[in-house]
This record gives sequence, C-alpha cells and structure tokens, in this order.
Amino acid sequence: MFKWLFLSYFLISIKANSQVKISGKITDNHNKALAGISISIQNSYDGATSDSSGNYSFLTSEKGAQLLQASATGYKSFEQNININGTPLNINISLREEITELKAVVITAGTFEASDQKRASALSPIDIVTTASANGDITNAIKTLPGTQQVGESEGLFVRGGTANETKIFIDGTLVNKFFYSSEPDLATRGRFNPFLFKGTIFSSGGYSALYGQALSSVLLLESIDLPEKTSADFGISYLAANAGIQKLSKNKKSSWGVTYAYTNLALVYNFIKQKLDYFRVPVLHEGDANFRIKTSATGMLKYFGSFSTTNVGFRNQDVDSLIMKDAFGLKNLYTYHNLSWKEKIGHGWKLNTGVSYSFNHDKISDEFQNASNQKQSMLNDSLYAYKNFNLENRGRYANAKIVFEKRLFNLSAVRFGSEYNYSNEETIYTSYDGTNYPQTVKENIFAGFAETDIYLTNDIAAKFGVRTEHSQLLNKWNVAPRISLAYKFQDNSQFSLAYGIFYENPERKYLPSINQLHFSQATHYIAQYQKISNDRTFRTEIFYKKYKDLFKTGLSSNGTFAAINNDGFGDAKGIEFFWRDKKTIKNVDYWISYSYLDTKRDFLNYPFAIEPSFATKHTASLVVKKFVMKLKTQFNASYSYATGRPYYNINYDYISNKYKIYDQGHTKGYNDLSLSVNYLPSVGKLKAKSFTVFVLSLTNVLGANKIYTYNYSANNQNKVAVTPPSKRFLYLGCFISLGIDRSQDEINNHL
Amino acid sequence: MKKFFLFTAMICFASIAFAQSDKYISAMKANIAQLDSVMVKGNAVELANSFERIGNAEKTQWLPFYYAGYCTVMNAYNEKDVAKKDAIADKAQQFINKADSILGKENSETDVIKSMIATAHMTVDPQNRYMTYGPQITEFLEKSKSLDPSNPRPVLVQAENTFYTPVQFGGGKDAAKSFFDQAKKLDDNFKPETEISPDWGKNAINYFLSQYK
Repeated sequence: MFKWLFLSYFLISIKANSQVKISGKITDNHNKALAGISISIQNSYDGATSDSSGNYSFLTSEKGAQLLQASATGYKSFEQNININGTPLNINISLREEITELKAVVITAGTFEASDQKRASALSPIDIVTTASANGDITNAIKTLPGTQQVGESEGLFVRGGTANETKIFIDGTLVNKFFYSSEPDLATRGRFNPFLFKGTIFSSGGYSALYGQALSSVLLLESIDLPEKTSADFGISYLAANAGIQKLSKNKKSSWGVTYAYTNLALVYNFIKQKLDYFRVPVLHEGDANFRIKTSATGMLKYFGSFSTTNVGFRNQDVDSLIMKDAFGLKNLYTYHNLSWKEKIGHGWKLNTGVSYSFNHDKISDEFQNASNQKQSMLNDSLYAYKNFNLENRGRYANAKIVFEKRLFNLSAVRFGSEYNYSNEETIYTSYDGTNYPQTVKENIFAGFAETDIYLTNDIAAKFGVRTEHSQLLNKWNVAPRISLAYKFQDNSQFSLAYGIFYENPERKYLPSINQLHFSQATHYIAQYQKISNDRTFRTEIFYKKYKDLFKTGLSSNGTFAAINNDGFGDAKGIEFFWRDKKTIKNVDYWISYSYLDTKRDFLNYPFAIEPSFATKHTASLVVKKFVMKLKTQFNASYSYATGRPYYNINYDYISNKYKIYDQGHTKGYNDLSLSVNYLPSVGKLKAKSFTVFVLSLTNVLGANKIYTYNYSANNQNKVAVTPPSKRFLYLGCFISLGIDRSQDEINNHL
Repeated sequence: MKKFFLFTAMICFASIAFAQSDKYISAMKANIAQLDSVMVKGNAVELANSFERIGNAEKTQWLPFYYAGYCTVMNAYNEKDVAKKDAIADKAQQFINKADSILGKENSETDVIKSMIATAHMTVDPQNRYMTYGPQITEFLEKSKSLDPSNPRPVLVQAENTFYTPVQFGGGKDAAKSFFDQAKKLDDNFKPETEISPDWGKNAINYFLSQYK
C-alpha cells in the first residue's frame, strides 16, 4: 500500500516537473505586432502576456487536448485547440480587430458635435457657455463655427448661403417651433432655451440624416440632460434678471423633478447702457419651467420638459419714410412649450426613440405712427402713413410627434426607420388703421416617413444610406429625399467623409396663404470633408456645393396680398471652410479659429434676378480663446469675429415695368467684434462645499466698432437708414449660487 | 483492505484538493508579492493578465478579479495617451463587476477600486467630466468607509486624491496630511482576513508621509 501511496506522490511530482514551452507571436490583421495581449490555456493558470514585439512564451504543465485562448479589448477573442504531448509548441496568432465605437470611423461630413460623452467631438457643452461673444445663448456660440454668418439684425442661424428659416432646431428629436423669442424689427432676439438644459449639441451645416426634414440648409440638434447628479437649489441675480430653481433627485436615484422661475427687467440696464431705441415699455419677462425625468428601466428614460414665458416690450424708432416721425412698436407675447420623450432598448437589439411636443405662441403686436411728442398720427389723407397704424395678432399652435425604431445588425451596423408628424395652425388677425379686421388661418399637416442604415465594413470604412419622404397637406404634394454619406479612416486616425443629399422645405408662414399652386423648395448638398482629431487638437476642412431649386418667389397676388406666388426661384452656394482647435501649443490656453469662404447667388422672394443675398458675405472668421487661471480661480474668455461687408439692396416694385427693380445697392463695411468675459469662481474646490458661486462679467464689442448690419430704405427710395445694434456695447454682470451640488464648470457664464 | 484503499483514495483526493487550493494560494501570493515592484515600474499589464488567468480558472474566487481590477486601474492612471485611458478603465470595471458578482454583496475593497476607476475616467477630460465623475469618486470612497471603517485604503485614496488636487481647488500637500496620518493609523491596526486578502498601501503611505519630514 505504501508503494501505491509513494507512486501517486511520485506521479504528482513527475507531472509538476514535465513542463512544455508554448511560444509564438501575436499580430493584428495588418500584420502589426500586438503588445500586452493576454494568452492562456483555458481553466489553467498557465499563460503569458505578449511583449512589445508581440512575442509570448510560457511553460505549462497541462497535458493533452487543451484550448489556447487570447483576448484583448478591441479584438475578437481567439481560441485554438492544441495538443500538448511534450514537444514545445510554436503558435502564431493573428487577432481580428473588432468593429467598436471607440475605433470605428465616424460619419462627420457637415457635422459639428458638442458632447461630453463622445470622444470625437469638436466642442463640449461647456464650450458653448464659455464663449465670450455667446452671452449664454446657444446659437450665438454656434456662430463662431464655420459655415455660419454674422447676421445681427434678425435671429437664427444663416448657414452656407441659406436663410435663417432654412435651419431647423430639434430638442430630443422633435422639431421646436418658435425657438427664438418673438421677432422685433431690426433686432436679433435670443433663443428661449438655457444652454444648461442640454448635454449634447449637434450642429450640421449640411448633408444631415434622413431623420430630419423641412430644412434646406442646416439642423441644430439639442439633447436634453438626464437625471441630475444631486438635489440642488439654484439662485441667480444680475442687474437685469433674477432666477431661482430647485432640482430634486429621488432617494433611489431613479427619478427627478425640477422647477425654475426667472424674472427679467431691463430697466436698470437701459439706464446704464444708452439705447438707440426709445423704450416706452422696457422689456419685462416672466419665465418658468418644470421637468420630470424617470428611469423606466436600466436602459430606458422618460423625460418631460415644459416651459412658459411672457414678454412685454415697446419702443419707438425713427420712421424711415418721414424722418421727423416715429414708429412705436409694441409686443406682448405668451409662449408655452411641452416636450415628452421616451427612449428604451426593447430587446433583441431593438431600440425605441419617441417623443411628442406641443407649443403655443401668442403675439400681440401694435404699431403706431407718432410725432415728435409721441402722439399718435392718423394721417388718413396719406395711405402710406395711415397704414403705419395697425395691430397684428398671431396665434400659433404646433404639435410634433416622432417615432424612431433602431435595430442593431452585425457589429456597429444598424437600421433605423420611423415616422414624423408636424401639425401647425397659425391664425393671424391684421387690424388696419380704420379698424377693419383681416383674419387668416393657415393649417398644415406634414407626414414623413424615413429609413436609414449605417453600414460598417471595417473600423475604417462606413456608409450611411437614407431616404425620407414627406407629404404636405397644404401643398398637396409628396417628396422623396435620398441621403448618402461615406467615411474612410486613414492609418493616422484622420478621416475623410463625403455626403450627398436632397432636402425639401415648405414656404414660410409669412408668405402664406398663397392663391397659387406651389410645391416644395429643394436643395441638393455635396460635401467633402477631411478631419483629424487628436486629444488636444482638431483640424477640419470642408468643401461644399449646394444647389437650390424651386425657391419661392413673392409678389402681389391677384387678391392684393403680398405672398409666395411661384417656385421659379433658384440659386447655388459653394465654399470652403477651416476649423482649427488647439489646447496644447500654449500652456493652459484653449483656442479655436474658424474661417469660411462662401460664394453664393440666388433669385428668390422679390429679387429681380440672381444676386448675392443680403444675409451672406464671402469671408467670415472667428477666434475664440479661453484660459483658466487657477491662482485667481478665474476663467478669462475672449472672442473675435470678422466678416467682410454684406451686400444690401433697395428692391422695390416698379409700376412702369411691372417688375421688381434694384433702386440702390452697395456693401456694408466689414463686421468686427471683440468680446471679453470673466468668470470668477471663489468657491472652486472647497472640499465638501455646500454651495457654489460664480460671478460673471462680460462685455461685447470692447473696441466699440461701428457695426452696420444693413440699410432700410424709404418707400420713395429717397432715404436710407443704417440698421445698427440697439447699443454699441453690452455689459453683463451677474452672480449665480448653487446649493447642494458642486457645479464648478456648470454655472460658468450662465447668463439669463 | 477495501477500507484501507478507500482511506488512501480519500487521502489522495484530499491531497489533490489541498494541492489545488495550495496552488491557488501560492500563485496568488506570488502575484501579490510582485504588486509593489510592478506599480513602481508603472506597467501592471502582465500582472493583471496573470490575475485574470487565475480568476478564469478558479471561477468562484473574487480576489483574482479584484487584483486584476486594481492592476488595470493603475494601468489606466499610468497611461500617458489620454485617448486610451477610457478603454483601460472600462476593462478594470469589467474585472470589478466580475469580483462583485462572485462576492454577491457590496464590499469595502471593491468600492475603493470603483472610486479609482471614476478618477481614471475623469482625468481624461476633467473640465467636462468633473460633473459626472466627481460625485462618484467621493460616493464610492464614503461607501467603502462605511462598509469597513477599519479599511485604510479608502482613506489612502482620498489622501492621494487630495494631494494631487491643486491648492486652489482645496487640495494640496498640506490638506492631504491629516488623511495620510489617518490612513497610517488604520493601516497599523489593519488585519487582513486571509493571507491573500487586500493589504496594499503601506509603501504608498510611508512614501507620502516621508515627504512631510
């Protein structure tokens, strides 16, 4: 028996001593050596890690049939059956790259993305609020990116020779109507939405996905934030506004709710900063919003955001026709917005993204013709002056719904499809000087269906094919819009993308109703892009060509109203753009430069023939610089924008030739703006701080450049008045306090 | 005779079983012995892989994955190419998730690693990620402390975080001192559960405290 025992121990020790060497080299599919790869025999401790030249080698005491495994992040795992019989084994392994979001090429033609989630983004959400010239307004920050124009006399984004109306804005996938505060004559109003409501911003200057439509030039996609990290209370005070709010996160961190209220009154500001306009009602705003967010599952999120605002403003401006008289403009606005969205992974690789939004907008506009002592003048004997007294009431109801299904196919490839519905009911009542009401209602139902697929062949090649179709009830027409984009990644991680697409749009409300049969306006985009993003530097250049077809022409309809009359307009735009961002070269300084060259002409609205439109100029450039000085706990921001002069025209109807005619034209002087802002964060980094405070000081047009946006002409073509900003400079000073949560980066520059 | 055979067989099985667990302990001990020297060299990939192999073979032990996670998060700290940091930290997270699921309950030691993983993610882009990861870093450390108040490691990690935070942000050498002292005190009294249970940090504590002399 002891013999047996001895034998068994002997066997065990033999086993321990007879080790076999396994070695080889690990490479990827480009035959490049891979270091740090783990290689092992299944269910055994034996294995090794490949060295810097890809070689590995280890001894094993395992015997017989075994499974050799190799695994590494980003590669498909490798398995091979081996037989260990005492002789050394040499096994070379080639690992196949896995197509992952981390490594795969991103289709970026036409797109700028600001997100803290994605690594390939050019800007982050904080960048938007720390841009000195932005004044806390999302679209103002976007105006420092290539492709946009510095248009100061009206709101919106003018992209690559397109009008502001050719850019549509979406929140969580659904269209936002009336994104900007109601228009005031010759002023650019701000966006209604606080940049801190959004965690991601995608600005596309062309070639965008089939998920979006009714925009000839551009889309701005905003993604709202999810659950807050902590419960917090926020207060803000500045010399023009005060706000307070609370965000409550539930104990189980699965849901949250919040409410905020803000009051804005510019009386103090206008005492301090001289205004060109004579305000008889200084702007007063009441704004409130409420939200709830519920995590419906590990992957699902239900979000509601609702807001209301009221605006009351009135000012007098010099009348362009009479010089000694004034136009008194008054606006009262009520606006509400509701957005409910839900996203969820519904299993088997399916994802659902759906949302509905509803908004209501009510403008009460009054216009009075006044003399030097601000008394109303009826001037019934002169129809030109008599018509300067009017009231206009707009009531708009808008509902939007969208549903997108996504199915993940092989690797990163996916197919997406769904539909969208946009409803609008816009009622206007124009009351002329004699009290006659002219009510008009325009209703529209647009149904859209879309499908697109992302195909990833390798990590280096990807393509997106999409198609969208829309039906407009108003036009009683269908359209079909194909979209294609491709991207190829080079070995040095730079990438090249191409995009092509057809885009359709309906006429603007202000040119409706038309008594003529109209169809969609159309734009075709061709874009080529080269981009290289490393951690600290981004270089991007894009060339584009955009062809416009069937643009709306306006004129006097046979019933005497000024409206869209046909689709005979056309145009094109071409250009090249550069973007360079660098956080590395100068220590602690982050800057970006953008430059756009644009060559565009179009014939639309009342243009007599194809001309360079008044909202486009050839050269636009911006420089944005940011520097945080730790010692002072202060961030300094500067931005400088330059644009060559824009063309301006006096286009009037010539009753002799019965045509529109250019009576005068020219180019404005170049546009210059240097803006500075300083954010002081005294409580930065106080451990376990219970509150966080930010002071913000900003000044626009520091150098006091005289900005002339365009010119207005009198009806008799004799008088020409420059359109300038309401004040030369604007100074902002405010303080924001957040209790309960350290919002160091978040509160910076949170204006208004 | 039969009885004796059975007895021998039992001895044999027992000795194999013993050899098995002995093999586990000795392999773990050999790896753990390398921890400090590997960390100084700044490349713990090999060691992490070795722990992973033990974990994959054992299947029911959480410690190999715990150590693999610890080594990997240190690799994420040491990675100079910021673009690669996230993937390495994600890998560390996978190890810690495995350790957690084997353990089946919250543990003071894995929470320390989770806090370190959050730090690794944050350092990729502190300005933009502080909002997301800042609270997680503290939260996991606090959880770790409450699960085992005698554990010196959450206090050490907090001390190191403070040490490397600029003075203007409430950190710095002086602010970190009391945390190192506290970590030292806890460490002196700390008794690891088994000979392969987490016990790292002594060298770091002594190294940092030596800088105050």
